[in-house]
Amino acid sequence: MAEHTLDAKGLNCPLPILKAKKMLKSIPKDDVLVIYATDPGSVADFAAFCSQTGNELLESGQEGDVFVFKIKHTGD
Amino acid sequence: MAEDTVADIKRKSMTIIVTKGSLDWGYPPFILATTAAALDYEVTLFFTFYGLALLKKKLDPKFTVLGNAAMEMPMFGTHIAMPNFMAMIPGVDAIAGSMMKKMIKDKGVASLEELREAAVLSDVRMIACQMTLDLFEYKKEDLIDDIELGGAATYFDIASRSHINMFM
Repeated sequence: MAEHTLDAKGLNCPLPILKAKKMLKSIPKDDVLVIYATDPGSVADFAAFCSQTGNELLESGQEGDVFVFKIKHTGD
Repeated sequence: MAEDTVADIKRKSMTIIVTKGSLDWGYPPFILATTAAALDYEVTLFFTFYGLALLKKKLDPKFTVLGNAAMEMPMFGTHIAMPNFMAMIPGVDAIAGSMMKKMIKDKGVASLEELREAAVLSDVRMIACQMTLDLFEYKKEDLIDDIELGGAATYFDIASRSHINMFM
């Protein structure tokens, strides 16, 4: 189970979600995508994204000004 | 032949009727369409009247301060509203449009071109209203390749089988 990283810092809605979706499609099932974002809206949006797409939100946290999300690729 | 009802449809689906094509009004349909596609929705956009401008090969959305009472630009550490008469001064709309584009870029918001491209890449179905094409004398060649032509009946055929239908 590998980890992949997406730097979405400085991007605004809906770009972090669009880029995360694109990247999830390209990684194997059960791999984990770690996303770094600065858009405060992304906290609610990644939770909603996961509940809508069947991917698993393993972690939603914050390091300084950066929001960090870990999503397991369990959706389509 | 019995049509599927919404309850029979497994895949989530959404349509938006897009009737406006200015820089600011161009955003909501493309933001929602691309996001819905990322959320695994089947998305259809139906472009009619001024919305058709958003499908032109060379996307050049205009902006006006006219009749936009809620528009306040962040300037000089505060927010400045634009009174209607300002729109009569030559160049004001163009300047306000440029300011808006700069703000969009500075804040990490996608350009309309980027969002439209993302919509194409994520298989958002885009239908141009045939009647509007005839009315405003546009040719299909003036519009991007990734679209189809259709009319109101085409729209209803899709909308009646979609979970979410919006008008913008």
